[in-house]
Amino acid sequence: MTSTAHASAHPSDAFGARLGMWLFLVTEILLFGGLFIAYSYMRARYPHEFHAGGKELNVFLGVLNTAVLLTSSLTMALAVARVRRGDGRAAAALTGATVLLGLCFLAIKAVEWSQKIGHGLYPGGPALLSLPLGERVFFGLYFTMTGLHGLHVLAGVSVLSVMGVLLLRGKSGTARPAVLENGGLYWHLVDVVWIYLLPLFYLAA
Amino acid sequence: MKPGGAFPAEEVHGPDTRTLVLVWLALLGLTAVLVGLSALGQRAAVLGLLTVTPLKAALVFYFFMHLRYEGALLKTILLVTLGTLLIFFGLTYADVAFR
Repeated sequence: MTSTAHASAHPSDAFGARLGMWLFLVTEILLFGGLFIAYSYMRARYPHEFHAGGKELNVFLGVLNTAVLLTSSLTMALAVARVRRGDGRAAAALTGATVLLGLCFLAIKAVEWSQKIGHGLYPGGPALLSLPLGERVFFGLYFTMTGLHGLHVLAGVSVLSVMGVLLLRGKSGTARPAVLENGGLYWHLVDVVWIYLLPLFYLAA
Repeated sequence: MKPGGAFPAEEVHGPDTRTLVLVWLALLGLTAVLVGLSALGQRAAVLGLLTVTPLKAALVFYFFMHLRYEGALLKTILLVTLGTLLIFFGLTYADVAFR
């Protein structure tokens, strides 16, 4: 592809911006990767307890949240496509839709966590402490991994909100599409992490 | 020429709207497949985890994150990272298997 060959022959700021973002993203992959390794080892060690733990989770809410996050990735990708064509207002609207879907994801997550906490299933909670060790490990990993992921969603929502406002004000928008592109790259990676969390906890545990 | 600023030109071509919507539909469809597999039992659910899930992640990387349109450098960086993670997986299992 000519544009790709051209981009690699003459690295520019736009490419440098993406390169820097990707370097950050791979550290994020390793951060969650470490937790995935912990999950897979513990699951191999406590298969029955993980199965019992997985049955406690609300599959409907997990799948619903997947649909919400996948859709938010679509609106984000469309926003980047619009900003590249110089349509800052459409990009701002699509970024706004992404933020709303991100908040929707967090709201559903909050409902889910509240149900668990209401049943005493939280780290150090009475119901959790009465469970076998393997199930305690399962819920420990569940809260750690979905919690860390939730923090990433919150960070993404905050960053994208600022970018949406900047786009509306006509700043850093169409003249520097790399800014929104990097916000989008982060958002999509958060989506990829959730793509793995769904089967790990809700479907195949 | 694209508008100037601190990050002029050098934009890679991204996917068009149609492609993005098709990828989104494929991701939703694969999620349905994953849910269907998990209803068939534990074995099928794990099979789905090991096949359908990486496929979904690849679709996001390739189209939403534009990796399909990037040069060799970014692709290599991602592959090296995933390879590193695989080595960590291997070392962990090599350790616990012989305890």
